[in-house]
This record gives sequence, C-alpha cells and structure tokens, in this order.
Amino acid sequence: MAEIIVVTSGKGGVGKTTSSASFAAGLAMRGHKTAVIDFDVGLRNLDLVLGCERRVVYDLVNVIQDEAKLHQALIRDKRLENLYILPASQTRDKDALTPEGVERVLNELKEEFDYIVCDSPAGIERGAFLALYHADQAVVVVNPEVSSVRDSDRILGILASKSKRAEENAEPVKEHLLLTRYCPEKVEKGDMLSVDDVLEILGIPLLGVIPESEAVLQSSNAGVPVILQENSQAAEAYKDAVARYLGEEREMRFLQPEKKGLFKRLLGG
Amino acid sequence: MGLLDLFRKKPSGSAQTAKERLRIIVAQERAQRNTPDYLPVLKREILEVIRRYVQVDSDAIQINVEKDEQQEVLELSISLPTDER
Repeated sequence: MAEIIVVTSGKGGVGKTTSSASFAAGLAMRGHKTAVIDFDVGLRNLDLVLGCERRVVYDLVNVIQDEAKLHQALIRDKRLENLYILPASQTRDKDALTPEGVERVLNELKEEFDYIVCDSPAGIERGAFLALYHADQAVVVVNPEVSSVRDSDRILGILASKSKRAEENAEPVKEHLLLTRYCPEKVEKGDMLSVDDVLEILGIPLLGVIPESEAVLQSSNAGVPVILQENSQAAEAYKDAVARYLGEEREMRFLQPEKKGLFKRLLGG
Repeated sequence: MGLLDLFRKKPSGSAQTAKERLRIIVAQERAQRNTPDYLPVLKREILEVIRRYVQVDSDAIQINVEKDEQQEVLELSISLPTDER
C-alpha cells in the first residue's frame, strides 16, 4: 500500500524543497519506487533542485485539467531509477489545483508507487492545504529559530484538524520533526535553540537533524539532491533520517561542534 | 568581565529567551486553536448587549471552552466596573 508523505513547515525558506528532494531521493536509493510532487503552483522549484528543469513538458495542473496523462508529466530522474518527479505548474491561477483533481492524481500514483512525497508550498493557503490533506505521514521541516517553530506548530494544528484523516476520524497523520540548518557551534554558545528545546516546545518525535552545510547550496546550484553528495554531513544526516523513517535505529549525529585539531587551527581551517 | 569568566563557558542566553517566548506563544495559540470559530463573534455580540446596560472594556469578557469526555463547557466571565455598583 502506497504511503503519502507531506513535507511541510508553514514558514518559507526553511528547506522544504531541499528536504523533499533528498528525502524522496533517499527512499528511491533504498529501492522504493518514489514520486515527488511539487505543490507550489506558480513558484515551481523542485525541478531546479533536482536538476530536471529542462525536461519539464507537462505538469501537475495539466494532469488535473486532463491536458496530459500522468505518465506524460512524470519525469524520471536520470540518476536514480526509482525516482520520479511531478513538477508544479507555473500558472498564476491559484485555483488551478482542485481537491478532486489532486485526489485523482494521488490515487493514480498510489497504484504504481511505494511512496508519494508532497512538497508543500509555504503558508497555509490552498496549495499547502491540498499538499497535506491526503497525507498519511508528515515531515515537518523546522529551523531552530522562533518564527519557524511557531509556524510549524500552526501546521501541526492544521494536520490534526483539517487533514482527511482528521475529518474521517481515522488514525491521525503521523508527525515527524526534521530540524534543518542546525549549527552546533551556535547552540553551544547559547545563541540557537537546541534540538531538545525545539522538541520540548513542539512535542513530536524527531526524525533527523540536518546540520547547516555549504553542501546544500552547492547541490542546489548543481541540481543534485544533497543526499547524493559524497563526504557531506548533510547527506549523511538525510540518509539517517530516511533510515529512521523506514524503521531503522540510527544514532543522531552532528549535534556537537566539530573538534578542530591543532593542525587545522594553525591553518585557520 | 572577570578573568575567571574567560575560562568559563557562559551561554549568552538569547536562545533561552527564544525558548521562553515560544513556550508562551505556542501554549496560547494551542489553547485558541481548539475553540469554535464562532467564539470571536459571540464575544463581540455579548459585549454589545452588555454595553447597553453597563459600560465595560472589551477585555472585561473572558470566554473559555473546556472539553472533557462527556461535555463541552462554555465558560463566560464578565468583570463589571467597580464604580457602577
């Protein structure tokens, strides 16, 4: 049975698209057939992060409006054979996404895929609502910063009251916290909320902590999901998060500042 | 700063402030989240009725909805100004 995962946050710029791309790629790397859908109608970006922007012919809205078949719109990733991308439309019509249309597309995807990752737009408007409505599980992306934490708590409220599972009194959407852009050095200095602080406030289980890393910017520049980078802490942290999602036990890494050796210090590294 | 402080790791504490502020605002917003949508309008209308008789401030009315397993209780508390009595 296919599982629908929404990657959401409320606030913009916290790493939803980066996380959707790497999470979906991670599931695909583990052998699961995975589709990742960009719900940000009008502000398509997942295609760029995944490096397939020039291969977009049809999009989610085309499929919903019966202008294209799902198979014509799905883009197969060139690196991972199990990964498919369904891009958002660049239309400015906000009402292009309809609840019935989204449901139809998801049902069709469910027949073929193991996991369907929905990359939510920022905010709590239509696109964000439709991205989370059908979710079985939610990955809530949070930065250790006041506005992000507050907004994610609002999203948790919406998941608990407005999702399909909530409406149907089914088992609630399973929530996971993914803390991104984490700087252990700043946490040690007392200038950044720690993992424990955020967990205490939000009270949902921790899926992973992604350290702030130059690799994230470099990967999006190159159009490669960061999880595919070698020798990168962010990539390792995403792989751990995916493993935990799949039920494996992995110790949390990269929560302490890196100890600089004498040699590195002398070189100013 | 004393000489000893140089050797002591002392958090500058802005994260602590952030945590305290978040704890309060999140608790407040969670409490509001579980109230019915009609509550703000109900509050305004009750205020209008009361003001026909007594002049009260808009914050003189407190409305809470409490749920337990059997029932929901709408708790309404209005503080009247002391000099009107």
